[in-house]
Amino acid sequence: MQSAGVRRSVRARRALRWRPGERLGYAMVAPVLLALLAITAYPLVVNLLDSFRSYNLLYPTAGNPYLGLRNYRNVFNGVGLDTTLGTALEHTIIYAAISVAVEITLGLAIALLLDRPIRGRGIARTMILLPWAVPTVVAAIVWKTLLDQQTGGVDYILGNLGLGHPAWTGASTLAAWTAILIADCWQTVPFVAIILLAGLQGIPRDLYEAAAVDGASRLQVFRGITLPMLRPALLVVLVFRTLSAFLIFDIIYAMTQGGPGTATETVAFQDFGAIITNLDFGLGGAISVVMVIVALLIAWLYRLTLKPTT
Amino acid sequence: MSATPAALTPPTTRRLPTPLRWLQHHWPTIALIAITTLFMAPFFWVLSHSLESTSEWEHSGVTIWPAHTTLANYQEIIRLGFLRNVLASLAVASITTTITLLFSSLAGYAIARLPIRGRGLILGFVILAGFFPVMAMMGPMYLMFRNTGLLNTWWGVSIADLIYTLPLSTWLLASLLAQLPAEIEEAAMVDGCNRITALWRVIIPVAAPAITTAAIFSFILAWSDFAFSLSFLETPTRYTAPRAILFLGTSKFLTDYNLIDATVIITALPIFAIVLLAQRKIVTGLTAGAVK
Repeated sequence: MQSAGVRRSVRARRALRWRPGERLGYAMVAPVLLALLAITAYPLVVNLLDSFRSYNLLYPTAGNPYLGLRNYRNVFNGVGLDTTLGTALEHTIIYAAISVAVEITLGLAIALLLDRPIRGRGIARTMILLPWAVPTVVAAIVWKTLLDQQTGGVDYILGNLGLGHPAWTGASTLAAWTAILIADCWQTVPFVAIILLAGLQGIPRDLYEAAAVDGASRLQVFRGITLPMLRPALLVVLVFRTLSAFLIFDIIYAMTQGGPGTATETVAFQDFGAIITNLDFGLGGAISVVMVIVALLIAWLYRLTLKPTT
Repeated sequence: MSATPAALTPPTTRRLPTPLRWLQHHWPTIALIAITTLFMAPFFWVLSHSLESTSEWEHSGVTIWPAHTTLANYQEIIRLGFLRNVLASLAVASITTTITLLFSSLAGYAIARLPIRGRGLILGFVILAGFFPVMAMMGPMYLMFRNTGLLNTWWGVSIADLIYTLPLSTWLLASLLAQLPAEIEEAAMVDGCNRITALWRVIIPVAAPAITTAAIFSFILAWSDFAFSLSFLETPTRYTAPRAILFLGTSKFLTDYNLIDATVIITALPIFAIVLLAQRKIVTGLTAGAVK
């Protein structure tokens, strides 16, 4: 009885004792943890608290009284904003769904092509990486100049083909979104292709050989081997692309400024306007909180639906 | 290849007319060339028009390549002080990369190779921190920087950029360092090193490729930042290059695309150099870390 207690306490003490190198380990992890606490966790908590208060730097004398859910009611009714948060959410979610579908289709096609033993594919892979590495806002500016109605290269080609001179970003909602999608694809399709290519190259070749022996058709091979084996890579790409498409900001800011009217206002663009342009941390804070919740929801949905079925 | 004797071609293959047969053999190469051209064409267009004088397109309209190439646009943007903005981008990206490497190589080593409890929790927190929308931290960070005098400084933007770089770099180094054989430090410690000297003399040299990969990603991410520069920098001479291009595009030149094109080329050049020199490392990092 007593000896068992002693033994247990000895074990407990041993578990509490520092292992060799453990204290050093925590000391080495500390800078990263403290930095991330200071620049992510702390601002997120402060932002949550600010979203329940009145907090406008342009009216510092108003103080910071507690408002309950009034900021949330205001953002969903569009008070103090160009459009309601609901409208911006709708724009963003529809755009995210469409752009991710387009990017993954194109990226997969390019990855399948690069997986073939073609001479010069290494050079092609390097060149395709260049648009990915350029700053996003610079990519947006490149496409803004290319799509310009008088001087742009796309306009030049369309004009010579007799397809007219569309106005793109200034004209219709659809044209503006198309322009955004083109700039976005130019940057992100290479990323998707490279990740999926790595996934394709990880598929054991003998699976294909076995399928060939069994006389499987190309479509059967693709659906029975390629797609299931590609699942982990596809999941990574889906999560990353959906999250960053949902948070699209740079391209909107550089190409359309949310226009024409408020047709291309996304959540991040609206949030930036509230926080930095109007310095209203209460209203902006509420948009941020909704944005974080939707982002977490997206990640959770993928986890739920794409769990490996074994 | 297409000159295979008829006797060797399988009987099931339908005999197609020669041009179609050629296409059937070579379509992947053609598709690859087409796709690469499509992705490179925007750069070509921007380069060509950065070398064109504004008066030329006013006279002769839009052309694919200017009749008279000139460096006048580059001289003009240098006169307007754009190199100061490139310097700002270099400063911000260098500060961010230095801090990131210092912090994340320590943490990556500890997570990968030291017997610490809760490593999964620590790594989970680091990765999760990288997933939150930066816009949700913008307001409180703005206040933090204002109260500490970091607003409108390169240091402020560099610190904010750590949100992009620290999670990726720590994760990358932790997973790459975990692949090194365990005997390295043991051998070094038998030879009389303590853990710190073993890290400095043995691990860091062996881990140099992994650290280079982390450095490249940190630099590209910090160089690409726009949102923080837009939010925290107020004086145009301090703007980073991407921010400055947009500022110039909406104020000074309005629609003078030839000047904008020149700024785009100058901003893209350092990144081009990095990609061309280190594309293998980038692909390794992308497929291990998958971010941006």
